[in-house]
Amino acid sequence: MTVLAPKTPKLAADGGIIKLAALAVGGQGGGVLTDWITDVAERNGYLAQSTSVAGVAQRTGATIYYVEMCRDTGRRPIFALSPAQGDVDILIAAELMEAGRAVMRGFVTPDRTTLIASSHRIAAVSEKIEPGDGRASSEKVRAAAEQASKRLVAFDMEKVAVDAGSVISSSLFGALAGSGALPFPRETYEETIRASGRGVKASLAAFAGAYERTRRLVEEGIQPDAAPAQSVKISSHGVTGPDRLIMGWQALRARVDAYPEAVRDMAGRGLQKVVDYQDLAYGAEYLDRVDQALKLDDVGREYALSIAAAKHVANAMCYDDMIRVADLKTRSTRDRRVRKEVGVKDGNILQVTEYFHPRIEEFCGTMPAALGSYIESRPKLAGWLDRRINHGRRVRTDSFAGFAALWFIGGLRRWRRKLLRHKVEAEHLERWYKQALDRVASDYALAVEIINCRRLIKGYSDTHVRAQSKFDRVLSGLPLLEGRPDAADWLRRLREAALKDEKGTMLDGALKTIATL
Amino acid sequence: MAERSFVKEVEKLRLSAGEEFSGEGILAITKALLQCGVGYVGGYQGAPISHLMDVLADAQDILGELGVHFEASASEATATAMLAASVHYPIRGAATFKSTVGTNVASDALANLASGGVTGGALIIVGEDYGEGSSIMQERSHAFAMKSQVWLLDPRPNLPCIVKAVEDGFELSEASNTPVMLQVRIRCCHVHGSFTAKDNKRPAMTVADALENPRRDTARIVLPPASFIHEKEKVAKRWPAAVDFIRSRKINEFFGPDMARVGIVCQGGMYNSVMRALERIGLADIYGETEVPIYVLNAVYPLIDDEFLSFCEGKDAVLVVEEGQPNYIEQAFGNMLHKAGRDTRVVGKEYLPVAGEYTGQVMLDGLTAFLRETAPQMLPVQIRAPNKQDDGNEVSNLAAIVPGRPPGFCTGCPERPIFAATKLVEQELGQHHIASDIGCHLFSIMPPFELGATTMGYGLGPASASAFNSPDAKRRSMSFVGDGGFWHNGLTSSIGNAVFNKNDGVIVIVDNYYSAATGGQDILSSRASNKTKSTKHPITEAVKGMGVKWVRHLERTYDVGKMRDTLREALTTEESGPKVIVASSECMLNRQRREKPLVANAIKGGERVVKPKFGVDEDICTGDHACMRLSGCPSLSVKSLDDPLRDDPVAHIDQTCVGCGNCGEVADAAVLCPSFYRADVVHNPGKWDQFLEKMRRKLIGFMQRRRESRRLTFADA
Repeated sequence: MTVLAPKTPKLAADGGIIKLAALAVGGQGGGVLTDWITDVAERNGYLAQSTSVAGVAQRTGATIYYVEMCRDTGRRPIFALSPAQGDVDILIAAELMEAGRAVMRGFVTPDRTTLIASSHRIAAVSEKIEPGDGRASSEKVRAAAEQASKRLVAFDMEKVAVDAGSVISSSLFGALAGSGALPFPRETYEETIRASGRGVKASLAAFAGAYERTRRLVEEGIQPDAAPAQSVKISSHGVTGPDRLIMGWQALRARVDAYPEAVRDMAGRGLQKVVDYQDLAYGAEYLDRVDQALKLDDVGREYALSIAAAKHVANAMCYDDMIRVADLKTRSTRDRRVRKEVGVKDGNILQVTEYFHPRIEEFCGTMPAALGSYIESRPKLAGWLDRRINHGRRVRTDSFAGFAALWFIGGLRRWRRKLLRHKVEAEHLERWYKQALDRVASDYALAVEIINCRRLIKGYSDTHVRAQSKFDRVLSGLPLLEGRPDAADWLRRLREAALKDEKGTMLDGALKTIATL
Repeated sequence: MAERSFVKEVEKLRLSAGEEFSGEGILAITKALLQCGVGYVGGYQGAPISHLMDVLADAQDILGELGVHFEASASEATATAMLAASVHYPIRGAATFKSTVGTNVASDALANLASGGVTGGALIIVGEDYGEGSSIMQERSHAFAMKSQVWLLDPRPNLPCIVKAVEDGFELSEASNTPVMLQVRIRCCHVHGSFTAKDNKRPAMTVADALENPRRDTARIVLPPASFIHEKEKVAKRWPAAVDFIRSRKINEFFGPDMARVGIVCQGGMYNSVMRALERIGLADIYGETEVPIYVLNAVYPLIDDEFLSFCEGKDAVLVVEEGQPNYIEQAFGNMLHKAGRDTRVVGKEYLPVAGEYTGQVMLDGLTAFLRETAPQMLPVQIRAPNKQDDGNEVSNLAAIVPGRPPGFCTGCPERPIFAATKLVEQELGQHHIASDIGCHLFSIMPPFELGATTMGYGLGPASASAFNSPDAKRRSMSFVGDGGFWHNGLTSSIGNAVFNKNDGVIVIVDNYYSAATGGQDILSSRASNKTKSTKHPITEAVKGMGVKWVRHLERTYDVGKMRDTLREALTTEESGPKVIVASSECMLNRQRREKPLVANAIKGGERVVKPKFGVDEDICTGDHACMRLSGCPSLSVKSLDDPLRDDPVAHIDQTCVGCGNCGEVADAAVLCPSFYRADVVHNPGKWDQFLEKMRRKLIGFMQRRRESRRLTFADA
């Protein structure tokens, strides 16, 4: 083997090329950011070169921009046109998963890379189309980013930008300046923004917001996003209504307060949802059902059964019918929320159009049980009615006629218990709940999982039908599983498979697997 | 009007001698054309050369002053055929397009042009869309140069070098009576840099002069016996002339020491990456001083035998850095060495990947491996320690987490509802064979739609379904073609073919008023008035003119129900022959660019303006995401609720929503759910609006208070 002779350096040492890559989602303004970075470098007596790959990559896909810069010594350096693994000083990611992608591609290394990442998420199509929760784990990506980088600056820069009425390129630029990764003073960055000439005020505000937050982070080592997401504690304050109802409410609350600590929060939320959906009596009915679970429950198992029951019984009792939709859409709170979301300013008028597409099924569900069943059992009549009902309807809830129609349907609430849909739902609930509770003694964990299967039922119309069928298919696995020590685990797996795709292909596969057990 | 306005950049085209031009690579080429006294320019848009076309389109005034004719050609074949103006006349002409897709289309004209040869300089600027971010098949333009015997320049990727390559290209073309291709890679087209400008030159002979003084020479026309003479001319006269020019003008460059045991030969476009790799290894500095000799081929075809052979003198091994495959250059060099009886070893693809882009890491690995084997004494010790790979775990875990993010339809894209409707009709009638085409609409092959089986070329969607025409089948084929593809080639190759062969399939022409995927350039059917182009030619008229009997036109693609019904009718009608549906709505990206400032001004000016936006009632949404499986819109996403009762995230529409209407239409047509609402904000409402609003709010407020006073209301509900 050849002995390697030590090399005598006679070439100019690395003249200090700073390499910066920016990963963004198409449409985020990565081009503007790149131009700014080039400009601020040139302002500070650096030579800079930027490149990008435009084209279809701009259309909402992942894109990459690359800048190299070097102090101007009078000689032209040779800049590369794309980032190389392990050779990037600053990596800007305009979204958290893009930061993950940068780490994956080797552009973030612990020896040198300052990673500036906005921690917000833009879900990819693959994450959005799962019937369950298909989103990638932000925590894992963040942890990897922290490990892979020399320094990580991560917070929600999208929010900083939007709060300032600007776009993310401004706040990313601010974070870059604040990180001190480039040897340029703050003023020169701001001059660059001013020179760009468009939306300067908002851009500067977003820049400053991100700059200061990054400074704090760098100086004090505080991770602004580190605090865990806290959920709003439910309280009995903030309930308004006639005294008689308030008293009734407090009586129900008192029942919840007597529950074991672990169950209280979920049962309290469930109770509120159910009462809000129907009335106090319905709330009492709900608590009676939770009581059933509690009676069979076990402190040693941390009340898993009761908590699951408190959650899913509430959801099951608050099935999505026309009355609920109409009720929710005609509330004053809803009106306020839409105004806030849309950002209606004083002097402007808001017009709201709702999209409905009722079918004969919804119509019959809103009939008294006997009448509804009568129609449903006569296909010719049902078909005739369906041809009249089954059309898309656009209802203007800001107009009186549209609002009044929905207000009227919402008012059917008081007869809800007599309607066909209620009868169907109540029977379904009883069947499912009994199925679960009957198994508590023999297999506690399985009972909890049966309750959790309620998560599968969601959606309206065809989607609801499909969901019901998935629910039934998952529970059809029960006879095969019962008696097995890992029955609960299998049922959970079946449920998770059912949430993976629309048609339940994964579920069918999982069912085939358990058939072979 | 194109997606980007270049009014500012156009001014740079006026720079005169000595001034510094600073900007994108592709703009530098544009300026270089004017400095060379080009007489006419044509081309077809497409990344990465769209900006060249857009700048010239915005620079009509300057072109007019100089007497330069500019044309947005109907296709790359048209653009190349246009270079026929340089056959008999000493006029410099340039054509530009995306390669290799454009070169494929152009090759008929290119071969004819190359056969007869040219008098005036003819330059074809090909934007090489290869490697990361590419949207096309991965092939080399090199093969076209070889088969038609036109010369191929591949300059070092910086502005002064590509500007010089334009100048050299014209001269080389004239010196050898051969068209010249100038290849610029995608990153080079978009590189930001500067060069010292020269004055623009008025062409010595303009196209007007030529029109006034027509010439012809039978010997230059491709027909026997001239065509046989052309072939001999190519090898006997034009090739040697080109070699002489390239050698005498030192088009190719040598860097580094004269004496060394090893050397590197690279395409000009690869030079920066080679230097960076050498710098990282410790054998070069950032200013280009290198210890390894480098022979840079700024002209990659033809190759200069004696230049290469003298470079090899005294060397044990030479590495050829040649991106893409097959490795034509490496093969040619091997042949030269063999014929010359030399024992220098030529290597290339042994150390570098046979296929794929030569990225920084690939180059570093390849050069390191080459030097380790052929010249280990040159390498610094510390570099030789193998890279540690202890972060492998983290990274491999990430690969399972980080979702892919392929390009897709933009927010509010009018093509989305077309594919939502197609998905709905397939739910009713079953799956069909669907042929796709080139253009934004090809994103239909991705989730959530996953529609379309093949793509065979621009305007060839329906043509690629032409085999599926059988009286034995109950189902019809469906095919898509965009308006860009339709005018490029589709009218004859797809529609005409379907009429002539009595194809029974369904053809959907996606008309978004522009050649949208390439940057929103106008085409024949564009609705905008364009002062230098003739627009507003309806596609439906062209289709009928071709002889199609069954034509339906939808003027609003967002009407998902109507779209679905029309598709159903087309798939089930008794009528024979092609069923053509023209689905028209303006590209949202361009529409927003056009309307946004107008709307903002109107609001400022006190005009009544209604601005739509969509929203989701999160307490009505059940989180099944059925809507997203029919949309994929970036502004429609998932959101976690701060509610332990709810497991799955609900739908949410963010501030980027443009109110296109797809969400509501899909919810209605697919009978999904009542969660969506459209919120129209009326800016500067009139007196009547205000009166109505006051009355309505009074009444509605009364009803709401009445109900809410009789029930419990929860503040956080």
